[in-house]
Amino acid sequence: MNEYIYPVVLGVIVGTLTRIYMLRTDYRQYPTYLHGKIIHIALGFIAAGLGSVAIPSIMEEDFTAITFLTVAASQFREVRNMERNTLTELDSYEMVPRGRTYIEGIAIAFESRNYLVMFTSLITTLFYLLFNLWVAIIAAAIAVVLSKVMMSGGKLSDIVEIKYVKPHFDGAGLYVDNIYIMNIGLPERQEEILKYGMGFILVPKNFNVNTTIANLGQRQAILHDVSTALGVVTDSGAPALVPLAKRDLDDGRVGVFILPQERTVEKAIKVIGGVPTLENAIKMPKEMHVPK
Amino acid sequence: MMEINKFVLAVITTNPKKVPSGAAVFHCEDKREMEVIATNLEAILDGIAHMLTEEMYVIVRH
Repeated sequence: MNEYIYPVVLGVIVGTLTRIYMLRTDYRQYPTYLHGKIIHIALGFIAAGLGSVAIPSIMEEDFTAITFLTVAASQFREVRNMERNTLTELDSYEMVPRGRTYIEGIAIAFESRNYLVMFTSLITTLFYLLFNLWVAIIAAAIAVVLSKVMMSGGKLSDIVEIKYVKPHFDGAGLYVDNIYIMNIGLPERQEEILKYGMGFILVPKNFNVNTTIANLGQRQAILHDVSTALGVVTDSGAPALVPLAKRDLDDGRVGVFILPQERTVEKAIKVIGGVPTLENAIKMPKEMHVPK
Repeated sequence: MMEINKFVLAVITTNPKKVPSGAAVFHCEDKREMEVIATNLEAILDGIAHMLTEEMYVIVRH
């Protein structure tokens, strides 16, 4: 037993608990399977261990031990690959796929959460060694809250206004407001679509948002989340019944056509508003300096 | 590489004059028959029946 045992143990425990806390299963239902969870808790434990031993090794003037952190970095990049591969494989069997952009976003989140765990453990151990157990616990709590803040991204309701519009047909063309969605030829298919379909218009709040919601991955994410939360009226042999999101070329509004099993307007608006804005879809054209 | 991922699988029409070449064409007596055939083909071919004009449907795989 040496003086570092308790600080390191506390760091590892806090780190692992942070990982478990961040691993909550939400409406996205991922990861639901027990083994997936075990993988992430185990990796979180490793991350916590690495974060905890960093400070003691500096105190022992063992600076080369810090290079271990680089091993951790490549290890967690592997986590990202693993998540990406699994989700891409599974995506082809989804009724409404997540789309590559969404998957990449989830994979990045999994990687970065391990770094947040390392950070939490490092802070906890540092404060234990510098001060005492109680300061360390307070620091850990702050670090967990910080992790939580850093973990959650923006939501769609922050950047767009969502309006309900009943979809309609003009000849064979299906429209949401004035946005053309697709051509449906058969009258009985048209009836089905009018019966089950709902339309929403996403009005961008500023110009940057225009490019974000135009992103095909972002649009697919909306369709996937809505279909997950509200169900979807379609099947593998019914390609005509497919949720779609199309863009108004004129002003960048996006028309979302969905076929939910639960047709409550307020709920659907809430679900669409809760869709995460994908990091990879965010563009900042306003930040570009164009001479006037 | 360009990938072709939309196919016209079949054409259903009531107007024998407006028949494209290079696709399976189903001639029908009237609109009613055209709709029935289009519905069945849609289900069989896993495609979508699109209306080009009042007298012509195409089944497209997306």
